[in-house]
Amino acid sequence: MSSALLAAAGPQPVIPDFGTVSSCVRDNGLFCVDWFTANFSSMFGPALVQHVRLTVIAVGVGFLIAFPLALLAHFRRRLVKPLGGLTSFLYTIPPMALFTLLVPVFGLSVLTAEIALVSYTLMVLFKSSLTGLGEVPEEVRRAGEGMGLTRREILWRIELPLALPAVISGLRVATVTTISVVEVAAFIIDQGLGSPIIQGLQSPFNTQFIGAGLLAVALALAADGLIVLVGRLLTPWARTRRTV
Amino acid sequence: MHTFFASFSFMADHFGLLADRTADHLKLSAAAVAVALVLALPLGVWLGHRGKGSFLTVSISNIGRALPSLALIAIFLGLLGIGFVNVLTALVVMAVPPVLTHAYLSVEQVDPDLVRAGRGMGLTEWQILTRIELPLALPVLFTGIRIAAVYVISSATLAAVAGGGGLGDIILNQVSYGLSGVIAAALWVAILALAADALFGALRNRLTPRGVLAGRSG
Repeated sequence: MSSALLAAAGPQPVIPDFGTVSSCVRDNGLFCVDWFTANFSSMFGPALVQHVRLTVIAVGVGFLIAFPLALLAHFRRRLVKPLGGLTSFLYTIPPMALFTLLVPVFGLSVLTAEIALVSYTLMVLFKSSLTGLGEVPEEVRRAGEGMGLTRREILWRIELPLALPAVISGLRVATVTTISVVEVAAFIIDQGLGSPIIQGLQSPFNTQFIGAGLLAVALALAADGLIVLVGRLLTPWARTRRTV
Repeated sequence: MHTFFASFSFMADHFGLLADRTADHLKLSAAAVAVALVLALPLGVWLGHRGKGSFLTVSISNIGRALPSLALIAIFLGLLGIGFVNVLTALVVMAVPPVLTHAYLSVEQVDPDLVRAGRGMGLTEWQILTRIELPLALPVLFTGIRIAAVYVISSATLAAVAGGGGLGDIILNQVSYGLSGVIAAALWVAILALAADALFGALRNRLTPRGVLAGRSG
């Protein structure tokens, strides 16, 4: 705990190199805008891009795994409990612990991070997809049968469109959660908005912590808003329905 | 695989250390959940009883989900410095949203006909709350507490970066404890979270009246 020792001794924080030092930077002010903007292109920008990439891959792969599983469970109801249990189990393991436990097997790599990240998305995506598919009213399904649609047509033309709002709300939760967990992934790979935070622990400088933290929060809110928007465009009929 | 076996011998050799850090970890987590319950539970239940504040609770839960735990601890590092207060504050901020929203939803979703029937029988507002709404609300209420507890135990691992102690101290200090020690502590945190999840699940089933449980699944 070198950072704890540093703080206990009350020394000057080691300010990362930055041309002419403003008084805010010298006094380690709460948030130095000049330092933040000067370091954005070298530190925060790339971290933000990496953060987005890690998140998109995790949610994408998670969806490609969870959605077929939900479809399977939708048709084979006795699979609901075991699959639901497995995904919840993975979700319960603390991120820090899971990242650490995977390191001896897969090394300090992006693969390790993604395996852990994907496993956190599965529960939410599986549950929401399954709920969405199950929410289709029985009468609607029977009306489809009455119109002579096959089981496959009912799935494609009735069940999947009607399940979309639930799937989208699942994607929202999964994306926001993943953005939060990617921050922790910086303990094993030097990527994402967690890495400025972890590097900053050696030489506590407020702007570095707060800048990276706020960027992650802003990213989460922006991603959430974006998915809501895309969801509205995809499901114009659901505009009056309440989605939480 | 060798590392995993080594971690078991680490557990045997350093049982005292692990037990000590686990106690810290649990103390910190319990304190955070307790503060969150005191703050959020009465508020959520009251708002749910009044049927008002759905906007407030939904937005708090959305913001709560969007707050990355490490980011939060980092922001509080700037605001409050290193130490127990920082970590406790960050953990409370993480635990409040699930408790608040579930408390609100649990009471709000109680069948209004039942509440009206209770009023017709001449029950006071307090009696309606304690005899009708709360028993019916318990399963959802406990889900909220369960999520908060797991979330806090999991995030308390990160507390070590801000001098909060706990099992994170070992996980983040590979230099002193070696990879086997790190793995051992990680295993303990995982087991702790799963145990807390199971404990609150069992507690929920225990406290919820039979009739309420029978009508629900999951």
